[in-house]
Amino acid sequence: MLDILIVDDSAAIRKILQRVLRQSEIPIGNIFEAADGNEAIAALKAQHIGLMLSDINMPNMNGLELLSHVKASENWKNVPVVMVSTEGSQAKVLEAVQLGAAGYVRKPFNADEIKEKLAKFF
Amino acid sequence: MTHTDPVISHQDIVAAIRASTADVFVTMLGLEITAQDMHIEPTVTAAPSSGVVSLIGLAGNWCGTGSLACTLAFACRMASHLVATPYDSVNEDVLDAAGEITNMIIGNVKTVLEEKVGPMGLSTPTVIYGRDFQTRGARIHEWIIVPFTCGEERLFVQMCLAPNPDSHRNGNKETLRAGFQVPQVLTV
Repeated sequence: MLDILIVDDSAAIRKILQRVLRQSEIPIGNIFEAADGNEAIAALKAQHIGLMLSDINMPNMNGLELLSHVKASENWKNVPVVMVSTEGSQAKVLEAVQLGAAGYVRKPFNADEIKEKLAKFF
Repeated sequence: MTHTDPVISHQDIVAAIRASTADVFVTMLGLEITAQDMHIEPTVTAAPSSGVVSLIGLAGNWCGTGSLACTLAFACRMASHLVATPYDSVNEDVLDAAGEITNMIIGNVKTVLEEKVGPMGLSTPTVIYGRDFQTRGARIHEWIIVPFTCGEERLFVQMCLAPNPDSHRNGNKETLRAGFQVPQVLTV
């Protein structure tokens, strides 16, 4: 079972994603939360994260900066990162993929979209 | 294209606001909303002057502000539907939900408009609530206001957007950074 890290500056979105994951058939371990990239890095250091869902527009360190940091790290470069963002332009999706994102979900989303995107990691 | 070309019309913005707002409400809140006729206000945001106002800045070749305004009661109702938890008074969760709903609506409007004017950065939302206040955008000429009804309640999605006179000076690199400060004046 994978431990999952949800990174979003909105507590509402973190709560929704927690609920979607818990109600899915996906075999999930612990779910951790972070409100920005800095908190996410602290969680990555403290926990054994197997999958990360991250917003892009966040204060302090945004999701693309976090993605770059994760993929440049020997410890975390193999952690799949799925972006969950309102940023829906092709250019932004391409930028995320080129930085190493393993998937992209546009907000607004429904539960099935999240489950479908994550199923391949389990 | 130069920074002064009027490549976004009011109709473009209104159509994007209507589609995005309906999408967010149906997908994330499970609520049907009905768009009303748009109107344009000079400088000052629309009613209500009491309630919740959420603001997000946009910056790029065009820049401005997107906003959502509603009553305290409707803000609670939106939050209750978004996170499936009942709220009967405004608290941090309700304000957070209002900010995120604004982020999704204006973020998707931005994606549509970017096809015409190129990439724009999006700030994180600022949410204000209270009674008898007005929000004004510094250097803003007019607000495009799209009212919606949801049962007995009304919601206003508003946007002001204009060519950015500074975008040609720095190749648009600095103004794209999300999280920039949106000049706003709050009048109580």
